[in-house]
Amino acid sequence: MMRQDHLITATQLSRDDIETVLDRARAVADDPAAYADRHAGRVLALCFFEPSTRTRMSFDSAAKRLGMNTIDMGDVDSSSVSKGESLSDTVRVIEGYADAIVLRHPSEGAATLAGERVDVPVVNAGDGAGQHPSQTLLDLHTIREDHGLDDLTIGIMGDLKYGRTVHSLAAALTEFDANQHFISPESLRLPRSVRFDLHETGAQIREHEEIEPVLDELDVLYVTRIQKERFPDENEYHRVAGEYRIDAETLEAADDDLTVMHPLPRVDEIAPDVDEADHARYFQQAHNGVPVRMALLDTLLENANPDGDEGTGVDR
Amino acid sequence: MSEHELRVSKIRDGTVIDHVEGGQALNVLAILGIDGSEGFGVSVGMNVPSDRLGRKDIVKVEDRELSQSEVDVLSLIAPEATINIVRDFEVVEKNRVTRPDTVTGVLSCPNRNCITNADEPIETRFDVVADGVRCDYCATILRADIAEHIDV
Ligand SMILES: [Zn+2]
Repeated sequence: MMRQDHLITATQLSRDDIETVLDRARAVADDPAAYADRHAGRVLALCFFEPSTRTRMSFDSAAKRLGMNTIDMGDVDSSSVSKGESLSDTVRVIEGYADAIVLRHPSEGAATLAGERVDVPVVNAGDGAGQHPSQTLLDLHTIREDHGLDDLTIGIMGDLKYGRTVHSLAAALTEFDANQHFISPESLRLPRSVRFDLHETGAQIREHEEIEPVLDELDVLYVTRIQKERFPDENEYHRVAGEYRIDAETLEAADDDLTVMHPLPRVDEIAPDVDEADHARYFQQAHNGVPVRMALLDTLLENANPDGDEGTGVDR
Repeated sequence: MSEHELRVSKIRDGTVIDHVEGGQALNVLAILGIDGSEGFGVSVGMNVPSDRLGRKDIVKVEDRELSQSEVDVLSLIAPEATINIVRDFEVVEKNRVTRPDTVTGVLSCPNRNCITNADEPIETRFDVVADGVRCDYCATILRADIAEHIDV
């Protein structure tokens, strides 16, 4: 049983927490109708202080499929935030409107702060270059359905320094028997804080600058986007991005069962010719966001309302 | 060690922080939030010869006894420091600093993108880890450069 009030970072999740949500996600995917009215009468607040299309829509869809209504702060430009209201005040106000809050914010630690200020569950949907733990749960669900989460060899490639999906995934995988290979240019290696946590858990990690030497060992290749704004020089960006691009030809050296994942959106780090290969799982991965976020919201709301009688949803 | 070598006069009542690593005296005062405006007598000895440290700093604060939780924060920049509580010219208590579990409100986070550096009503909070401190909000780790991030 997941014992958390909020979902702020992946480091807070035990193996048991993760398996609870993923088991429930499986049940949701098998029989979505059984969950359709589960949280009828409850309201989810979507607070995105940074542009997002898919994460926002994914949570919106998940909430509605649980029978919830959603309220959306709208774009930051048009909200009270642009009038200088603090995040602390904003979430305290919104707490009165909603049964749970999904928060994306450009500053690291924003979700931690929000979680300290309110009593309703807060889900971190991305805090700067920090964490994105609900993405991790759907990533783990995708990996689990293909390979299971133990005895796993995974390569995580691209922008490991600023990639919050990477930071969360790497932390969560330490709860399982996973060999993690990190493939990136020198300038975009894992940050010290993430390395510290991995080191503390005694995780087996190896770092590389090239994918080729490890490709054939991998069960999963998790590709992330290298962003132009991380480089002072555009030519340098194009040179580096080109080296961390995979296409159908690259994958000829891979194991037949290799699963290729990407948190999306991609630009051109995965060539379109990979889409048709059996390896490609990134669209399925994105689709998995709905049952996984349904399971997550269901779990957090159940923890927050142990009697199960506050919404008009089905009693358990 | 004679009075002359110490170069800082004895105090009647208060706290003497001795065996501070050379050069850290002003950071010690900053961490303690003492800037002179409180009206305490404060004397600082810098780069005083020391058997143990080679060169050490000494800080004396008159008419103020520092609590253990206040001085424990000093362990981050002056792990060898000793704290002498003085009453009527006598040292009545002598303690070493011990590492605290957390440090609240003293340090600023070096990560400019941390929520604690945004315009929020929030105190910084750091966990003390193996060889440094770690921001509770953004997880940034601060090591040897701790003194540069003291909020004055
Ligand atoms: Zn911070």
